[in-house]
Amino acid sequence: MTKKSFFRAFRDSLPIMAGYLALGIGYGVLLQSKGYSFWWAILMSVTMFAGSGQYAGVDFMASGASLLTTAFMTLVINCRHFFYGVSLLDKYRGTGIVKPYLIFGLTDETYSITATTTLEEDINPKKYYFFLTALNHSYWITGCVLGAVLGMFLPFSSEGIDYAMTALFIVIMVEQWLTSKQHLPAVLGVGTTVLCLVIFGAEYFIVPALLLISAELMIFRKKLDKTSEVNGDE
Amino acid sequence: MNDLHALLQVLIMAAVIAFTRFLPFLAFPEGRRRPQVITYLGSVLPYAIIGMLVVYCFKGVSVMQYPYGLPELIAAAFVVGMHVWLRNTLISVFGGVAVYMVLVQLVF
Repeated sequence: MTKKSFFRAFRDSLPIMAGYLALGIGYGVLLQSKGYSFWWAILMSVTMFAGSGQYAGVDFMASGASLLTTAFMTLVINCRHFFYGVSLLDKYRGTGIVKPYLIFGLTDETYSITATTTLEEDINPKKYYFFLTALNHSYWITGCVLGAVLGMFLPFSSEGIDYAMTALFIVIMVEQWLTSKQHLPAVLGVGTTVLCLVIFGAEYFIVPALLLISAELMIFRKKLDKTSEVNGDE
Repeated sequence: MNDLHALLQVLIMAAVIAFTRFLPFLAFPEGRRRPQVITYLGSVLPYAIIGMLVVYCFKGVSVMQYPYGLPELIAAAFVVGMHVWLRNTLISVFGGVAVYMVLVQLVF
């Protein structure tokens, strides 16, 4: 069962491996170009484990931003994670000793898999979630360190390999579309985010988009809510 | 460059990021009743958030300047087509990456 859970997690992690190695290497190169050695790559990828958070973090460090600014900006960039946890409360329930690590490692990519996948009966969810999170973490650390050590001297052009992340999210969306009768949440997600991207710009659109999406989902609750039919509403 | 300041920055960033991830689990602990609305949002958010993440990946694409986001769109269409056809995540993802790499390195 452990073996099966591992291989299922490994298979599901392959697109993320490609994306994390590419993004991690890009990050390591950036870090090195600002004068930080690979020790920083290890420290940051192990303790932060966040793509956009770490990319922005290099800027804060290089520009010598104050600790308060650093904390506030990091909060703004990463508060989308809050919405991820809300939809994993049940799935991550009862995962015991590994639960803190699962939550610590809740990146966009890990979330996109764990929130949407349906596990077969012979897969142990706890082990599967753990392996997936740890594998992704190891790819990310490996990528960051490789980038910081090798820098620009990569033997081949990997330009475009980070498209693995985009392709993965598109695949998950198609899969959700084909297996769900209810398409409104997906349409709201895309439409609202595009709208916010146009209005607020590429730097600041995520937080308004998530708040607006949540508000819209509340408005359409009567139409969409299947949980209240079973349990009776409050 | 001040290494101590940078080190403190990293520790603060790590703590803040962990906070954003732990908050919902701390606010709604196991075994405690939680508002029905949270359960509802938890059930529909994954669909909306995946849609958001797809758009997020395209945020750096400029549709006004050459190549007008064409490599991204062509590769995305390929991924959708492949996935509707074969329903195999690995083929769809790595096929899409291959198409995109050829487009950005050799075509555009």
